[in-house]
Amino acid sequence: MSLPDAEKLLLDLADRMRPHVTPDTALVGLHTGGVWLAERLHGLLGLAQPPGSLDVSFYRDDYAKRGLNRDTRSSALPFEVEGGHLILVDDVLHTGRTIRAALNELFDYGRPARVELAVLIDRGGRELPVAPTYCAATLELPSGSRIKLAREADTLSLRLVQE
Amino acid sequence: MARNPQLNRHGELQHLLTTEGLPRDVITRILDTAEPFTGVAEREVKKLPLLRGKSVFNLFFENSTRTRTTFEIAAKRLSADVINLNIATSSTNKGETLLDTVDNLAAMQADMFVVRHASSGAPYLIAQHLEATGRDHIHVINAGDGRHAHPTQGLLDMYTIRHYKRDFTQLSVAIIGDILHSRVARSQIHALTTLGVPDLRAIAPKTLLPADIERLGCRVFHDMREGLRGVDVVMMLRLQNERMEGSLLPSPQEYFKFFGLTEEKLALAKSDAIVLHPGPMNRGVEIDSAVADGRQAVILPQVTFGIAVRMAVMAMLAGGNA
Repeated sequence: MSLPDAEKLLLDLADRMRPHVTPDTALVGLHTGGVWLAERLHGLLGLAQPPGSLDVSFYRDDYAKRGLNRDTRSSALPFEVEGGHLILVDDVLHTGRTIRAALNELFDYGRPARVELAVLIDRGGRELPVAPTYCAATLELPSGSRIKLAREADTLSLRLVQE
Repeated sequence: MARNPQLNRHGELQHLLTTEGLPRDVITRILDTAEPFTGVAEREVKKLPLLRGKSVFNLFFENSTRTRTTFEIAAKRLSADVINLNIATSSTNKGETLLDTVDNLAAMQADMFVVRHASSGAPYLIAQHLEATGRDHIHVINAGDGRHAHPTQGLLDMYTIRHYKRDFTQLSVAIIGDILHSRVARSQIHALTTLGVPDLRAIAPKTLLPADIERLGCRVFHDMREGLRGVDVVMMLRLQNERMEGSLLPSPQEYFKFFGLTEEKLALAKSDAIVLHPGPMNRGVEIDSAVADGRQAVILPQVTFGIAVRMAVMAMLAGGNA
């Protein structure tokens, strides 16, 4: 199947977000694809706050079964979470479990005034009541496959991965 | 070849008993895993949910407030329930055997035992017993056994060295003091050689060195000034007064004169050398206050890193075994 152009989707996502952000809005990218997107969106939207990053490995609900991710990174939120307007950024929204974990982690840093969710692609298959605030495309995927964001020389692209 | 008793069938950490024979990639993985845990203390909520609903039993058959506290903090930061048992003052006095104590606590749904014992091999015995009786979902961490091993101390020292010096394969490291009685020194030596330190030195009086020390990969020095020359890392050991039998040493004052770390002796090491000490320090016996509080000492960062390393070990043990 042919996948959409990630760079085009990124511009589209920025257009959707632009009317709703203020200079104080802070982006929080989810490792790894979401961090790349947050960096690019930060420039496209001209935000003042540096983008943050979350690695939700410590908050995943399948930890007891699968153990820790081999390359867990530190989360970094270089702004005040308390009372802020935050937008979680991820590449693909699927079951919603990653977002659940991200919200849990976020609230361990403070109580934001508002949290929204921006994703490049919504592929359906939700297992939790989670919906994106901003979404550039919806996509039906054959079961047993998933899409992955890749970055080469600052250019983003989507890849289909068979599991 | 027999399976490494610390690893499960898939080569993952099942118990942490000693740094001896621990594969290099497992050590590196523990250090890597500890890194993101160092940030937890700076957050509003200093807790992660990884061990939520798990029970960690601190079994201390030998008193150690400090080590017990660091394990307690690590477990609590991972949201575990922590039960502290100072058995030095409890049921063994009433005649209960070690394994009966363990069976009783296992029946209380323990998920992890952190064991400190005066006898070398006690944590290993517990781990073997749990596996022989089909309870391999319970993990054992050695928090110091006799003169044998204190792996989490050894690992937090490795974390500290890597934090300041990055590459183990370029380092000269000196371990100084009472190596004979020191489980810390053994855990350090095994970890340092596994991580590829090319120049490892043991500096001590003859009476405080084990007979086979060279076989572990150390060069031996009895003169501190000679041994310290050009080293990158100075690892001090505590003089264990309580373990001194007979006349191994003339007096603490004389020990300080020859083997105490002073600024003047430290000046022989590289100018950016770091000084480690596992605590508690005997100021004026193995280390001078000017060094302990000086710019090269990384003794307090060791304590902070120690929490993250213990969190990493617990998280790796508890994950992926459901």
